[in-house]
Amino acid sequence: MKFTLSWLKEHLDTDASLNEICERLTSIGLEVEDVDDRASFKPFVIAKILTAEKHPDADKLKVLSVDTGVGKPVQVVCGAPNARAGLIGAFAAPGTYVPGIDVTLSVGKIRGVESHGMMCSERELQMSDNHEGIIELPETAEVGTSFAAYAGLDDPLIEINLTPNRPDCTSVYGIARDLAASGLGTLKRLDEPAIKVDGETPVKVQLELGDAPELCPGFALRLVRGVKNGPSPEWLQKRLLSIGLRPINALVDITNYMTFDQGRPLHVFDAAKVSGNLTVRRAEGGETVLALDGRTYTLSPANVVISDDNGVESIAGVMGGEASGCDENTTDVLIESALWDPLNIAKTGRALGIITDARYRFERGVDPETMVSGLERATQLVLDLCGGVAAAVNVVGYQKPEAKRIAFPLSEVKRLTGIDVSDSDSIEILNRLGFAVEGSAPELQVSVPSWRPDVDGKADLVEEVLRIHGVDKVAPQPLERQASVNSRILTTIQIRTRQAKRALAARGMMEAVTWSFIAKPHAELFGGGAESLSLANPIAADMSDMRPSLLPGLLLAVQRNADRGIGDVAIFEVSGTYDNDRPEGQRRVAGGVRRGTATLAGAGRLWSNAAKGGGKPVDVYDAKADAIAVLEACGVPMSNVQFEQGGPSWYHPGRSGTIKMGPKIVLGSFGEFHPRTLEALDVSGALAGFEIYLDAMSEPKKKATKTKPALELSPFQAVKRDFAFIVDSTVEAGAVLKAAASADRKLVTGVSVFDVFEGASLSEGRKSIAIEVVIQPVERTLTDEDFEALTAKIIANVTKSTGGTLRA
Amino acid sequence: MSELETLESTLLAEIDATADEAAIEAVRVAALGKKGSVSELLKTLGGMSPEERQTRGAAINALKTRVTDAISARKAALKEAAIAERLKRETLDVSLPVRSSPTERGRIHPISQIVDEITAIFGDMGFAIAEGPDIETDYYNFTALNFPDGHPAREMHDTFFFKPDENGERKVLRTHTSPVQVRTMENQEPPIRIVIPGKTYRQDSDATHSPMFHQVEGLVVDKTANVANLRWVLEEFCKAFFEVSSVTMRFRPSFFPFTEPSFEVDIQCDRSGPIVKFGEGRDWMEILGCGMVHPNVLRAGGLDPDVYQGFAWGMGLDRIAMLKYGMPDLRDFFNADVRWMSHYGFRPLDMPTLFSGLSL
Repeated sequence: MKFTLSWLKEHLDTDASLNEICERLTSIGLEVEDVDDRASFKPFVIAKILTAEKHPDADKLKVLSVDTGVGKPVQVVCGAPNARAGLIGAFAAPGTYVPGIDVTLSVGKIRGVESHGMMCSERELQMSDNHEGIIELPETAEVGTSFAAYAGLDDPLIEINLTPNRPDCTSVYGIARDLAASGLGTLKRLDEPAIKVDGETPVKVQLELGDAPELCPGFALRLVRGVKNGPSPEWLQKRLLSIGLRPINALVDITNYMTFDQGRPLHVFDAAKVSGNLTVRRAEGGETVLALDGRTYTLSPANVVISDDNGVESIAGVMGGEASGCDENTTDVLIESALWDPLNIAKTGRALGIITDARYRFERGVDPETMVSGLERATQLVLDLCGGVAAAVNVVGYQKPEAKRIAFPLSEVKRLTGIDVSDSDSIEILNRLGFAVEGSAPELQVSVPSWRPDVDGKADLVEEVLRIHGVDKVAPQPLERQASVNSRILTTIQIRTRQAKRALAARGMMEAVTWSFIAKPHAELFGGGAESLSLANPIAADMSDMRPSLLPGLLLAVQRNADRGIGDVAIFEVSGTYDNDRPEGQRRVAGGVRRGTATLAGAGRLWSNAAKGGGKPVDVYDAKADAIAVLEACGVPMSNVQFEQGGPSWYHPGRSGTIKMGPKIVLGSFGEFHPRTLEALDVSGALAGFEIYLDAMSEPKKKATKTKPALELSPFQAVKRDFAFIVDSTVEAGAVLKAAASADRKLVTGVSVFDVFEGASLSEGRKSIAIEVVIQPVERTLTDEDFEALTAKIIANVTKSTGGTLRA
Repeated sequence: MSELETLESTLLAEIDATADEAAIEAVRVAALGKKGSVSELLKTLGGMSPEERQTRGAAINALKTRVTDAISARKAALKEAAIAERLKRETLDVSLPVRSSPTERGRIHPISQIVDEITAIFGDMGFAIAEGPDIETDYYNFTALNFPDGHPAREMHDTFFFKPDENGERKVLRTHTSPVQVRTMENQEPPIRIVIPGKTYRQDSDATHSPMFHQVEGLVVDKTANVANLRWVLEEFCKAFFEVSSVTMRFRPSFFPFTEPSFEVDIQCDRSGPIVKFGEGRDWMEILGCGMVHPNVLRAGGLDPDVYQGFAWGMGLDRIAMLKYGMPDLRDFFNADVRWMSHYGFRPLDMPTLFSGLSL
């Protein structure tokens, strides 16, 4: 909402400065977004052309000598046909920014003649569209003084960021009313026009809205005969131009003026173009109308229209039709002042994609009491500016609305805000804002003025009192502190999320945050793409579907880095994936991808690990280690975790695994990727990744005590024994470890693989797995016989369960 | 020169000439071993007269002592030399680079770090952290928060919609974290003190808007919480978060459907330089929206607005991250450019706490 200071002062009697006004506007909730003090118009001065000679080398140009009030006359080259000696106009010196042509002047040579400035046209000063010639001022204009001051261009422009709850401030009058209530001046009374009525308005209005009469709670129509429509007077044009509106003709300008000055949108029909009576009805499906913006709209029954015998003449409350619009030939005008349902207007405007000043006001709520008074005011303007004779007003469907009444205990102010405002101050503020107050403390009956549809209840009244009293008068008051030290505030999943992030970052990975929505083909590739998880209005085609996995986003991110020349990348994300559109369908997943040589030890070649396999591309085991790190960071008991060969379809089937807790709970998966996955995502390079479902882990068991179990250390030394088994190459090392460990659950405290070997020395399809078994005597030192028995058991267990043999 | 003198000078010369422990040992055996030259001389003492033994014995013993001492000294010297030689041999070029620690390479995203900072601050004020789903129903995202159907305020949100289901209902991507307010009130008796960080979505994209972004929201519901308390909480938060000793805030009346009265809050700052400085300067910057929970929202949460009251506030998490740490463009937050992450991210062991300060 834009207005100028002088326009505001038309309604508000105040001595306050521009700055005070702006600060007050902001402090009462009408946030000043921008103030243009029109400083850019300051450099223009009133100047007189002393001589005007023809340009030596151009027929249409003249060389002027201009008296600018200071120093010697300056030479200006000018093309305006009206440039002549004796003319007084607006001069811009070199260095001046001319807003209408968006140019900063400099001394220039035009066809060989130097020009030291410019005599301006109205368009160049954004005063009008007139560019026929330069501005001509009367003899009385004083040379050397400010042109802006003379022409009123120094009127500061204020723009407020109006919140949608304040329809009452969609007008300059309403803003003045609110400022007056805040004590910053006096609201000037509006004149009540007394219109001399002659005859009836022959066009009748029918409301045919069936069972939805609320769509049009009132409609007033008046004919004014014998008007002369032409350009509106200068004061009106200036007003409209000052807020960026283009003057069209007097009748249209009057409706625009009423919209901004009074918040009362109106429509004018050229009566000669209206055929028969007017009907307010729902549009028929497919009905079309050529609107005033020159575009044809196809309507539906959700839209309310005003039609005559010719069809739709106007989209109610949104935009008029071209066919019955007023132009300079209009002699009889029908002025419409109506009320519309805010919700319906909003929906119609949105559906048709029309944004107008009328829609802006009707969808917020126009003061119903201005329906007739606004029409009277507009009629007066028409009579004043265009002449003519007004007929009687036809009013249909209108009932003076009953004021909303709110029971308001004055104690609510203190209860909700914590500050003391005296009862009398509260009542006075409400009165000044136009609320009628009955009864007395402690509880009032408050009637809401017709222009405040946003005020519904006690809390709204508290806001009214507070914003006028001054929000900044509320002094901070500490929130009561708890009497004891805070206990744990994070939930298990929040703690695990945090732990997973820190654990992965501590493994040299960088935390990424990638989009929750990805391309549909990518979602499908990772088991997603369900219709219920597909956005109806994605911002881009490749951001259309909620991700079923973190991996596609991470893989693409890694590739983007590779494309920038950074190929060794390790990134992770701990965030949501979406199984379905219900709250429980949102998973909490930790996922990561390593590319190139970005292993835990570090990426790239380095002298120290050249001999130790450094610079080796990442593989399934790097991903497995990351996955385990997350599980451990989250406190999952690893002894209960199983690793199964093979992961979901997007992984390399032979180089991936699934992590489970028991037969049913899938904790996650890891691996290298399927070549088809990489191809579909258009990514390449050595890549390994994992995902762990943090929400699949069970809640840790509540322990009765924080005390850890006693540490039992054996007094006997542990012994290590190595074994090597030759097994079929399909046998998993895990099976060998499991069999060895089961030989004696008490004595065998550790089993690990220290070598895996496949080679010509073994027969085809065989491999050697070498393990180290840690044997911890518990009760006594083991004898040679004990060792022999245990060793035999280990060998027997492994050979039995894997079909292997002890390597000789 | 006597015989003894000759032997001594010969032995000492031999000792001096040894180059390693083996050689010195050989000299020792040749001189002091069972059949060594000095030992043989000592054996001759038995066949001497007492007088002869007195003079000659003393001379031989003195010789033995000197030879023994010379051998130990030489041994020690050789050992020193051997160690020095070994150390020299073992010398490495310590200017060769080593691997950086993974904890030094890894990074926590600024969003996660800021959530931890906020958790530390509000944890101290007795708040818990609440979360909710990204995919919301129209009810929780709008209706329960007092956005009437079709109200222009809904349009301010540029909502992402899902396709309508068989009942014609269409879910939305939550446009704010506020749905969690109602979800919490439904499940928890007051007093409620929660902070809600999370992902939010709006159809918008430029340097300060992204279709996915993060908000953090706070909610207090009890029987006394008022605007004055709200002001205190926000001032304390801003001081703690921006790590300045004082902040000046300006509350402006504003409008949000789910609060009444509603305010926008500006913070005084210095915007004259490339980086915004808080706690000084004369500029105002809008930083958050807040207000008293609207009676209709309390009702939607199953609470009687004449008994319970409370306040809520919300702000852009990414935005306050940008203000505090100076990232210029919001879109970079979601690009996963490792150069950006490395520069603006945080080391995994730099955990924000109140006892060590939020940031290092």
